[in-house]
Amino acid sequence: MSRAISAPLMRIENVAKRFGGFAAVDGVSLEIGAGEFFALLGPSGCGKTTLLRMLAGFETPDQGGIWLDGENIADVPPHLRPVNMMFQNYALFPHLSVEGNIAFGLKRAGMTKDEAAARVADMVALVRLQGLERRKPDQLSGGQRQRVALARALARRPRLLLLDEPLAALDKKLRAETQAELVQVQRRLGMSFVIVTHDQEEAMTLADRIGVMNKGQLVQVAAPRTLYERPDTRWVAGFVGDINLFEGRVASRGGGFVRVATPLAGELRVAGDVDAGRDACIAVRPEKLTLAHGFAAGGDNAQPGEIVDADYLGGLMRYRVKLKGGDVVQVARANAAGSAVAFEAGQPVTVSFAPEDAVVLTQ
Amino acid sequence: MTTRRIFTRPARIAAIAPYVWMALFFLVPFVFVLKISLSETVIAQPPYAPAFDLSAGWEVLRGHLSKLSLDNFYLLASDDIYIFSYLRSVIVALVSTAILLVIGYPVAYAMAKLPRRWQGIAMMLVVVPFWTSFLIRIYAWINILQHDGLLNALLLTLHIIDRPMPWLSTDSAMYLGIVYSYFPFMILPLFATLSKMDDALLEAACDLGCSRLKAFWLVTVPLSLPGVAAGALLCFIPIAGEFVIPDLLAGSDNMMIGQTLWLEFFTNRDWPVASTIAVVLLVLLLAPLLVYEHIQRKQLEVR
Repeated sequence: MSRAISAPLMRIENVAKRFGGFAAVDGVSLEIGAGEFFALLGPSGCGKTTLLRMLAGFETPDQGGIWLDGENIADVPPHLRPVNMMFQNYALFPHLSVEGNIAFGLKRAGMTKDEAAARVADMVALVRLQGLERRKPDQLSGGQRQRVALARALARRPRLLLLDEPLAALDKKLRAETQAELVQVQRRLGMSFVIVTHDQEEAMTLADRIGVMNKGQLVQVAAPRTLYERPDTRWVAGFVGDINLFEGRVASRGGGFVRVATPLAGELRVAGDVDAGRDACIAVRPEKLTLAHGFAAGGDNAQPGEIVDADYLGGLMRYRVKLKGGDVVQVARANAAGSAVAFEAGQPVTVSFAPEDAVVLTQ
Repeated sequence: MTTRRIFTRPARIAAIAPYVWMALFFLVPFVFVLKISLSETVIAQPPYAPAFDLSAGWEVLRGHLSKLSLDNFYLLASDDIYIFSYLRSVIVALVSTAILLVIGYPVAYAMAKLPRRWQGIAMMLVVVPFWTSFLIRIYAWINILQHDGLLNALLLTLHIIDRPMPWLSTDSAMYLGIVYSYFPFMILPLFATLSKMDDALLEAACDLGCSRLKAFWLVTVPLSLPGVAAGALLCFIPIAGEFVIPDLLAGSDNMMIGQTLWLEFFTNRDWPVASTIAVVLLVLLLAPLLVYEHIQRKQLEVR
């Protein structure tokens, strides 16, 4: 559900932040659209949280600028920014009730008592906390606390809401429900959200676009589908989901396809556009590989192999297949209706994939 | 973790240990003191009557019990010297605690903001005076404050004054001694609460529109109140009963209740009145304890 990005709300230009000798954020440029749900995804220590904290104003960039609605806010302190943040462990004020927490920022915004009370009531309704207004944070469940934190951050109607691993403290089932709620709230308010997460599934579920960070740099920015199906680099391909990589060299190109020579039998044909003679790598997702019994010649990129082991994962079967060329690949197969045919360890199989279902990577 | 599991046998023993301690070392002596406070003064050994002799049998004991009276308590209520002593004790304790809080809070706050490896050293510096005897430290202050002491010598050398000032035997000297002596008792609980403070809370406050100063008032201060209460109590109660510091540093015009008690006990050898003073002091000091207990209970309810 990717929507057209209208005029950018926030423009981040060549921003960098060092801590001692360590470059936490190293020259990041990015635009975030009005009403966009943007996710910063990366392993821990990749700089995504530092970048988010610079957007909130808790860190000042060493270089570069952050423009919000055309104004450079890089040096504006946090309390003067029209930006709010939902903290990782919520950082709810333990001495204040649910109401008190949500109203905290409203008094500062110069609202009258009545206005603030009305806004608090709106927020309580929005996150469905009716009846818990007078509870203290310690008397709430994890999910309720998460909703208080969201309401508190939204109450001032910021131009941009920042969310730092907002669902990390919730268990898996609750997290899935909360993700859906978060998207609903964002759509309803039409506000821009920037979320930081290390969970790629979460990023894909929530975001319109995902920026993948590694070692302080933004390595790819794309819609979830593009990111998964058309990763730019080996690292992104491996970080976002499981991947099979076949290293080789481009033998020929033409008609939107390349042929790549690898240690496997024959040349692999893949959609792509890379000069002949270059080192390249073919990346195929486990679910894009098909399995057939026996050694069947023909078909696209067919490779003989043998099942090493089979894991039953409920909705999925995951096989590891040792190919003739030596590589072990992962194949995922849906336990769909009528797919009673299973494969067992030791069976000879043929693995194949369509040229359009793989990408050729040079980085 | 069910409630039942908590009360394993070692845990149960550990749980009653403080009660046994209290009974042996507080309740039993207190009953003795209470009994003496209800007795009357005699010139004898012991210097009060009736003296209980458990070997004399139940009848004699009952006869003694009926002789106990509240006369000493009426005496305390009717004589200005006791009332003024109590009043002075409470005022001195209040003023000292206030001064300690005003000085201690910023120091504890600064300590809590130090990098972790410096915190231990700062803590050492606060506690290190304890390694010297309390009495010696107070005598050192006498040396500094007396007529030909270090302070006057310094001020004369710097030409700030042209004749020695009377520092010793004043209320200022007493407050100085008290604040100096009780400083660690204020710092430690304050530091304990302030160093546990989650910085994310302050960031959240700033994020929601507070300047740093405002965030301090709205978040740090309310969350440090338990530490303030603990520190204030830890100082107020012993200061109210303080004897040594006012005796050595303050003038002899006004006495704190500790000094009055000493006077009754050692100079007048009036054990019953001295005991009565002690009992009333204890009851008076229960008030702040109950307030603290109330605050703590409210804290616990929140958990």
